[in-house]
Amino acid sequence: MITRTNSKVMNRLDLTKRLVAKLKHEEAVIGGIGNANFDLYTAGRRPQNFYMLGSMGLAAPIALGVALAQPKRRVFALEGDGSLLMQMGSLATIAMVAPRNLAIVVWDNGMYQITGAQKTATAEIADLVAMARGAGIAQSAWAKDADDFERMIDEALKNDGPWFIGARTDAETPKIQTPREPVVIKDAFMRGLGGKQS
Amino acid sequence: MAEAARTDATWHEAVIRALKDNNVRLVVYVPDNALKPLIAAVHEDEFFTAFVCAREEEAVGIVCGAAMAGLKGIVLMQTSGFATLANVLASLAVAAQIPAVLMVSERGTLGDFQPGQAIVCRTMRPILQSLGMEHHTMTRLEDAHFMVDRTIRQAHLTQMPAALILSPLLTANRAKA
Repeated sequence: MITRTNSKVMNRLDLTKRLVAKLKHEEAVIGGIGNANFDLYTAGRRPQNFYMLGSMGLAAPIALGVALAQPKRRVFALEGDGSLLMQMGSLATIAMVAPRNLAIVVWDNGMYQITGAQKTATAEIADLVAMARGAGIAQSAWAKDADDFERMIDEALKNDGPWFIGARTDAETPKIQTPREPVVIKDAFMRGLGGKQS
Repeated sequence: MAEAARTDATWHEAVIRALKDNNVRLVVYVPDNALKPLIAAVHEDEFFTAFVCAREEEAVGIVCGAAMAGLKGIVLMQTSGFATLANVLASLAVAAQIPAVLMVSERGTLGDFQPGQAIVCRTMRPILQSLGMEHHTMTRLEDAHFMVDRTIRQAHLTQMPAALILSPLLTANRAKA
């Protein structure tokens, strides 16, 4: 069985690029605050990307809202370990509502990387995949390596969710950051989802 | 809609009617006793997708995501729950101009028994004012539909979050409600 301990430490930008390369049907992606969304921005400027500039911990809830509004569209939330630890209860909500079109990806580098690399509880003991499974998201697993991660994304694109994918990541910092323009980001995302025509 | 022509027997019927008039189908809540009849009504009505969540911040995230994707929603909570929201309102709904509509049952005033509720209650309107958020206090059944209807309408037309405060004058005053 693949656990946090025996899964490979991968690179967040590399995995983000692999994920984005698989998105052929205008799937929505919510990039969590900080490095998750900076790497999403680096991986390609898709109109269906929402880049969070605040509200730490809410990538999965925002993605749940999008998934409920547009059940035919696949929706991904990309969240860091520190962020997810802030809103563990949201995993129970997602398990209960059980949207078929939602997948949560957690990048677990065991640190609050953007604030100076302080350790999170996952670096010591906490297992986010086990917590997701305990919350009731049955399809929760660690990616063994990058190929395994790609296989899990393929499955999340094809079969009913909700899915929870854990990926251990290294300490590489993003090369560029998302512009701090929340209204522009929202407007582009709404148009990307067909929610705003004018 | 025929606002003036209709009368509602209870405040929660007025709220339900205003939600339907504005096609607000998503109701996410952290419960409160005063909200009990409204929560029961939205669960019983197939028009609504209604569910509980763990924290009010999470509920605002869900309703913001839905709003951006074309589904109108509302968050129900009590005063102490609102007090957890300053950061998410500032950095998501207000900053990105997302029409999250909040309905807060007002605890800590007009006879509450909890000191904590009475103290945290004092922070609610200053936070709303500091954020520049449109907010109204609902006290009368006669105005309930109008206030909910117009607040939702304005929130979505102007792409701004808004809050409706349910006073005990409306929800607990048996002589009126």
